[in-house]
This record gives sequence, C-alpha cells and structure tokens, in this order.
Amino acid sequence: MKKKADVVVIGGGITGTAVLAALARYDLECVLVEREPDISMGTTKANSAVLHAGFDAPTGSMKAKMNARGNEMYHELADEFGLDIKWTGSYVCASDDEGVKTLEELKARGEANGVKGLEIIAGDKVRDKEPNLSKDIKAALWAPTAGICWPFGMAIAFAENAIANGAEVVRECEATGIRVEDGKVTAVETTQGDIETRFVVDAAGVYADAVAAMAGDKSFTINPRKGEYILFDKTAKDSLVSSVVFPVPTKTSKGILVCATTHGNVFIGPNAQDDCGREDVSVTPAGMDEIIAGAKRLVPNIPMGASITEFAGLRAVSSTGDFILGESDAADGLLLAAGIQSPGLTSAPAIAEYLTDIIVKKTGAKERTNYVKGHKAAPVFREASDEEKAALIAKDARYGRVICRCETITEGEIVEAIHGLCGATTVDGVKRRTRAGMGRCQGGFCGPRVIEILSRELGKRVPEIRKDGVKSYMYYDKSYDGGDAK
Amino acid sequence: MTEKKIYDIVIIGGGPGGLSAAKSAAENGAKSILVLERDREVGGILQQCVHNGFGLHHFKEELTGPGYAQKCYDLVKDRLEVEIMTDTMVLHIRESEGTKVVTAVNPKNGLMNVEGKTVILTMGCRERTRGAIRIPGYRPAGVYTAGAAQRMVNMEGYLPGHKIVILGSGDIGLIMARRMSLEGCKVEAVLEICPFSNGLTRNIVQCLNDYDIPLYLSHTITGIKGKDRVEGVTVSKVDDKMRPIAGTEFDIDCDTILLSVGLIPENELSRELGVAIHPRTNGPVVDQHRETSMDGVFAAGNVVHVHDLVDFVSDEAEIAGKFAAIKANGEAQPAKKDIAVNPGDGVNTCVPQHIRLADGADESVRLFMRARSPERKVTLHITDANGDVMKKPLPIVKPSEMIAVDIPAAKVKALAGDVTVSIEGGK
Ligand SMILES: Cc1cc2nc3c(=O)[nH]c(=O)nc-3n(C[C@H](O)[C@H](O)[C@H](O)COP(=O)(O)OP(=O)(O)OC[C@H]3O[C@@H](n4cnc5c(N)ncnc54)[C@H](O)[C@@H]3O)c2cc1C
Ligand SMILES: Cc1cc2nc3c(=O)[nH]c(=O)nc-3n(C[C@H](O)[C@H](O)[C@H](O)COP(=O)(O)OP(=O)(O)OC[C@H]3O[C@@H](n4cnc5c(N)ncnc54)[C@H](O)[C@@H]3O)c2cc1C
Repeated sequence: MKKKADVVVIGGGITGTAVLAALARYDLECVLVEREPDISMGTTKANSAVLHAGFDAPTGSMKAKMNARGNEMYHELADEFGLDIKWTGSYVCASDDEGVKTLEELKARGEANGVKGLEIIAGDKVRDKEPNLSKDIKAALWAPTAGICWPFGMAIAFAENAIANGAEVVRECEATGIRVEDGKVTAVETTQGDIETRFVVDAAGVYADAVAAMAGDKSFTINPRKGEYILFDKTAKDSLVSSVVFPVPTKTSKGILVCATTHGNVFIGPNAQDDCGREDVSVTPAGMDEIIAGAKRLVPNIPMGASITEFAGLRAVSSTGDFILGESDAADGLLLAAGIQSPGLTSAPAIAEYLTDIIVKKTGAKERTNYVKGHKAAPVFREASDEEKAALIAKDARYGRVICRCETITEGEIVEAIHGLCGATTVDGVKRRTRAGMGRCQGGFCGPRVIEILSRELGKRVPEIRKDGVKSYMYYDKSYDGGDAK
Repeated sequence: MTEKKIYDIVIIGGGPGGLSAAKSAAENGAKSILVLERDREVGGILQQCVHNGFGLHHFKEELTGPGYAQKCYDLVKDRLEVEIMTDTMVLHIRESEGTKVVTAVNPKNGLMNVEGKTVILTMGCRERTRGAIRIPGYRPAGVYTAGAAQRMVNMEGYLPGHKIVILGSGDIGLIMARRMSLEGCKVEAVLEICPFSNGLTRNIVQCLNDYDIPLYLSHTITGIKGKDRVEGVTVSKVDDKMRPIAGTEFDIDCDTILLSVGLIPENELSRELGVAIHPRTNGPVVDQHRETSMDGVFAAGNVVHVHDLVDFVSDEAEIAGKFAAIKANGEAQPAKKDIAVNPGDGVNTCVPQHIRLADGADESVRLFMRARSPERKVTLHITDANGDVMKKPLPIVKPSEMIAVDIPAAKVKALAGDVTVSIEGGK
C-alpha cells in the first residue's frame, strides 16, 4: 500500500469508486481504502438499482441537482465504461384521485428539476405496456429517462478504470483515524498502516458520520433506514413487469416497487424501517409481509413460488435530510460525501465530478496525458453469438466448461473475474462480477466448484476461501477433534 | 466433411436415469445413443451418496450410491451403441424438421449441435434453497443445501461446520444428520415444519434415533443470527397453517444450517423446448412410455417427478429407453386411445398422467403416486367411467414414500374413459 498520497478515499461503494475514477483523470496519487474483502459490499450491493429520472427530490436540493446531472452523465458513461444499464423508463402509479393529484405535483417538480419527457398517461395505456398491473391503477407518471443498472458492475468498472490509471484500491483496510494538524488533514490511519495525505474523501456510507468525526466533524449524524427485498426467478418475469413501477411516494420513501433487473429478474420492495442498527441487514417476516402486500397493490398476482432470494439494504439517512457534499468546516482537506441515500447510485458520477472539481481547484492538478479511457467489460459467454462462443473456447478452453448452470457462467469467466484489476477473492465477489450463483439454485450446484476455482487461482486452501465478509469462512478441514460431539 | 450424423437417441444427463435409459435403449434395438453429462463423471447425484441402501429393488443387492452408479455405468460402457460425453453442458434443445437439435458445449469440442431422432430428458432435480422458502434473518456463510454439503463432505473432503441444525426432514437431511455425526460434528436438531417427517422411516430410525438427534415436528427457523458466519437460529413452533406461533420461540446455538426442504425437477431445457409441464410434479406430463407432450421427446427419473428410491428411477428410465428405441426405429404404433390419469382424494401426484394405447395394445401399466398425508389402513381405489377398476388395501401411506401399483394388461385394455386414483378411508 502507498504510504503517501494526494487523496485517500474512504469507502468502496459506488460513491467512493466513482470519486476515484473521476480523480484518476488527473495527475494525482489516489488510494481508496475499503474495510471489507471487496468493493460494493455496503449499500451499493442492496438497493433498487434504479437510475432515477429525478422528480422526487425538492427542487434546489443537492439530491435534485446531483440526480439530474448523474442521470445525464450515465447516458454517456454507459458506453465508455461498458456499464450494464437499460433505459426502461419508469412509472409512478396512482389508484385514486388524491394520487393522481400527487402525480401532477411530481411532474411539476420534475420539470423544475430539469427532467425531460415527463408525461401523465391513463391507466389503460400503462397496462398496454405493463399488462400485469392492477386494474385499479387510474393513471401514471411516465419518466422515459429512468433506467435500471447493475450496481456492482458499475462500482467495479469505476475502480478498475482508476487502477488502470495508477490509483490503488486496498481492501480489508479499515480507516481508524484521520490526523489533523493545524486544522489541516495530514494522514489517514488504517488497519494496514498510515497514509500521509492532504485530502480525504469520506464516502463511508452509513459510517460517514463516524469517519467525519475522526477529523473532528460532528456536524451531522447518519440514521440508517432499512429496506427489504424479495427477488424472483427469470421465469416469473412474464407475470410481473419489464420496467420500473412505483406507487405514489410517501414521506419517507418512494414506496414499494415492482421492478425489473438488467438480467431479466424482477424484485419487489423495499419497505422503510427506521431505528435499525448500522449492520442490520436481516430480513424479517413482518418486512416480507409488508412488501408482498405493497407489491400486490401494483401487481395483484405475485408468483410467490418463484422467489429465489431475499435481502436488505441500509439507506444512509443524514440528519439534514439532504446529501452532505463538499468541504467540511471542521478540517481543511476533508471532503464529505455523506447522507448518500437514494438517489445515491444515480448521483454518484455527479457527486464525483463535484468533489473532484474542488480538489482540482485546490491543488491545480492537471489532466493525465496518458489517461486510459473507460473500461472493457469481460466477455459474457451467455450473451455471445455462436461464432463468438466458438472463438472464446478456441482461445481458452475453459470458456467451454459451464460452472453455473442456472446462469450459464463458464470457468473462463470466473477465472477472468478473479484476475481482474480489482479481482474477486470471495465466492460472492465472483457472483457480483459474473452472476455465478445468482440464479434460481443460488449457488447450490456451482458453490463448491467456484470455491475450488478460487482456491486454485488464488493459491489458497479451501478452508481459507470466504463467502463474502472478513470472517465468512465456508468449509473446514476434517481434522476437527470432535469436541463435545457424540 | 463426414456425413451429418443423426443419433437414434440423445440422452440429456448421465445420472442413473440417463444410464439406465441408455442400457435399455441399446437392448431394445437403438443403434446409436449419445449420453451428454455436464459433470466430470457420470453417475449423477449418486456419486455423493456414499451410504448404502441402494439397489435392493432393481439389482436385488445392497449397494452404495457410487456402487449403484458404477453398476449402471458398467452395463453400458462396453456397448458399441452407446457413446458418453462428460464435462459437456447441454444449453438448448430444439425441434427442427422432425429431428431434435441439441446444443451443447465442452472444453474439448467447443460449441456443438448434435441431432437425434429422439431425445430422453434425464436431467434430475435441484435442491430448493433458502430464498425459495424465505427464511428471515441475516445472510451469513454457513447456510448450505444438504446436497451441496454432502458433496463437500463426501467428495471434496471438507466439513461445512461443527454445530449443525438441519431444516427439513427430507431423506437427504436425515442422511446428512448421520454423516455429520459420523464426522465428529454435533447435530443439534432436525426441524420439520410439517406435523410428520418427510423422510423414509428407515432413515428416521437409522439416522436420527441411533444418534440421539432430536426431531422437532411442526417447527421452523424464524431467524438466522450472525453477520459473517452463522452463530445461531431462532426456532418457532408453527400452527396447522404452518404459521409461526408467537411466544414459542427458542434459540439454538450453531455454526451451520443445512437445508433439506425439497427438490425441484430441473426442467429449464424442457420448458424451452416446449414440453408441457405438470403444475404439481413440476415435471413433464408423460404417458406410460414416458413420452412427453412432444413427439419423440421422452423423460424419466427425477426430472419427471422426485423419486425417493433410485431403483424406481432405473425402472422408469428403462421404459423410456425402450420406447425411444422403438420410436427411433420407426416401429411405434400410433395411439388410438388417450386416457387421462387424474389424482383423486388423498392423492397428491400421479405419474404417468396419460395412458395412450395403440390398437391391440397388450401392456400392463405401473402408476406411481404420492399421498397427501400420512394415513393407516387405507384403500387405493382406481376408477374409470364404468366404475371400479381395482382396489388395493395399503397398511400405511406417507407423502415421503412413493406408492407403486400395477394395472394388469387385461384391465388396461378394458379401461373406459378417464381414470381417477384415490386413497380412501383416511382421516
Ligand atoms: C433500500 C434502498 C434502495 C435504494 N434504491 C436506489 C435506487 O433505486 N437508485 C439510486 O440511485 N439509489 C438507491 N439507493 C441508494 C444507493 O444504494 C446508495 O446511495 C449508494 O449505494 C450509496 O453508496 P455509497 O458508496 O455512498 O455507500 P456504500 O455502498 O454503503 O459504501 C460505503 C463503503 O464504506 C465502507 N466503509 C465504511 N466505513 C469504513 C472505514 N472506516 N474504513 C474503510 N471503509 C469503510 C463500507 O464497508 C462500504 O463498503 C437505495 C438505497 C437503499 C438502502
Ligand atoms: C442430494 C440427493 C441425495 C439423494 N439420496 C438418496 C438416497 O440416499 N437413496 C436413494 O435411494 N435415493 C437418493 N436420492 C434420490 C436418487 O438418487 C435420485 O432419485 C436419482 O439419483 C435420480 O436419478 P436421475 O438420473 O433422475 O437424476 P440425477 O442423479 O440427478 O442425474 C441427472 C444428471 O443429469 C445431469 N444434467 C442435468 N442437466 C444437464 C444438462 N443441461 N447438460 C448435461 N447434463 C445435465 C446432471 O449433472 C446429473 O448427472 C437422492 C437425491 C438427491 C438429489
């Protein structure tokens, strides 16, 4: 790990990685530290993955500005970074007169926020597009610029682009302190040693207040708000939706949606549960009942037999209610990206641009002359044409061995994911990069084989291979002495 | 270029189903049979079932799982009609001008299309997972399907953990309770949401009772603790609608949860091909020859309906192999009569779902059924439009144990209208 840098980014979610990629365009030494074994393991791995059009946030708020700019930027970045994005558009559906009034308000707000193409359409026209929607829906706000994305892939693309441009991503490295001398940031202390630096970007998600406090900034707090989800098998998509369908929003959230994913699955959720812990990503029976009931108001017949997994994510709700962006008043050199709840994914490139501008102005950094543009997505066997498939196998026979049967993921793709610039070291890391284990059998079949490949490629023993978190070991040697067992 | 080869039969899956079908097809006159298997070796799920108790019905001797698989393999490996390709995944099957085109891939031959006059689907089944049954709680390491853990323990030589709770009393869960005990681990409990066990009685006795492992009926997991690795479970009693009863919760410390909560026939290929799937069995609708709704497409084994005994898989696959051979040789007689077989009172599933008879057909038909609930001293009653076909007293029936009954050829010939199979005299 570098001992000296110009900027240290704390947190490897979408915010931290987008900031790193934006900084990497300039002649700056950058390090990102992430406490988990992989990037994208915080909120970035459990959310609705919608690139919002931008009509929700109050006009003039940071959320509104960043959302509109972020959405616009993704339309360009998608190609450059090989991002998995589908511009499906979104509907907000109203079932009563009051709801229809709210749609008018949302439309007006969206227009004030600069969102283009908003239109209120009649219930029947919505059902022409999404035939499984409830007959009770009277009208919907259609937002053509909304889309869906693959958040982990985006974070990985940003991180790998930054690494290609000389940045460093250090995983299993927790920031434990920020040194401030004469009111100026001088170093970040981590579990892997200190890094001298002039700038720190706090992109620590639900821990952003704790990180800011390390530099003496106690001006805000983060109160996590949990959202739970149920994901469905691809076979269920014909009885659900092919775009993003919201109900009319409430005060605390955009409501429980029914939403397609970029790979043809559909999920329902999230609910909104306050006062949970910062680590509480458990799913609850009450939460599942709530999201099923909520989703049924949009799509009356939910094929519950086709559910394949449940998960929960934490919104980093700040005490100000808005994103907290820019220079901290407490320490010169501390830049905040805090309170990044929804629309955080959508806003990430805009937030990155905003913070990078500040650092570039303060340092006078120049654009890199040897800047490596974009990111090349790894080959996806399943999506390749027959000729491309044959060529892949001819180049590397391991593309001819299917490991994950549900998603048709080959050994070649898994090996590639392990040896990427920010490669996978865990079973879930392989899953986030390739989808192996994300299908209907949830790794029941390929799990042991993925472990075997990780072990071989990383030169580690099977008992050293982890599922996801730092201590998530999966299998043990048989030398167990029996203990208190019979 | 050599002339394009069209196999008589392409068999998808080299488990006991696929191998038994190949053997019987060869014996019944098929000249070219190709078995495609995605694993490194044939044998299917049996490779990891190192315990014994296999083969008593079919081979009249007691074998281990790998022993049974070996026997199936030995019966075909030297037959010139049978070609086996392992490490080969079938990706698609489609119908094209009367032949079946099977797209498969392996590291050696790359992507290939092979053609068959007929195909036999023997893809087996997969295990139901945590997500499918929606267990609340965290998502740490340490939650495995029993079959995945079985593979790690028996084939790769590692343990999934040391203090185990098993959810579901299906046979794989029971077998794994014993296996983990033999490996020196402590199995804290087996939890079953139904008021009865879903495993074979012999497995309850030999795998739980003999090791003092408690079985909690009408109980389920309502919470999983531990963020990185399982640290324990919360267990609740359930009411007669299988809903957790508030106030009955208790915790069990454990580092591992094994799930044995059901098997799902693996029919993605069948669906894509266009074969009709039965909503209750989740497998193809078949007739007594194991021909599906599509001409020349046969299916057998766990892909049709989940079997508890591999012996019945072989029996069924031999039927499929025989009639696929007859079809490939152009000797199949057109069916003139199509009789639906419907599950009646007390019966959950019944296979085959159709009996299709050619003129002058003279064949007995074996029906496989699963009861809805455990009952004692009941009567299996088969009726058709004219009333009684046959009755058979059964001392005991359980949903976990498949019931097999033969309708003799004379009675098959006389069947009039659709057939209903019921279990009478239960509670
Ligand atoms: C239920 C739900 C639905 C959502 N839906 C959408 C949506 O549809 N569209 C949208 O645009 N947004 C959505 N969001 C918001 C979006 O997911 C988040 O805004 C975004 O993922 C936040 O990314 P982040 O990088 O700021 O935080 P995170 O992804 O949480 O990353 C923070 C990282 O910092 C690390 N970290 C913390 N402390 C330290 C430390 N001391 N040292 C080192 N590393 C540390 C963590 O391990 C973590 O990896 C949703 C959020 C939720 C919860
Ligand atoms: C985990 C488990 C444990 C069991 N334990 C017992 C027991 O103790 N005693 C007992 O009597 N019975 C047991 N059974 C039941 C019995 O073993 C099965 O009924 C029998 O193995 C089923 O045979 P099959 O050929 O239908 O399926 P399988 O044995 O599952 O074989 C199917 C084969 O098809 C292959 N395949 C699937 N899809 C493709 C594809 N697309 N391309 C290529 N190949 C493919 C698979 O790799 C597999 O080898 C168990 C079943 C399971 C699942």
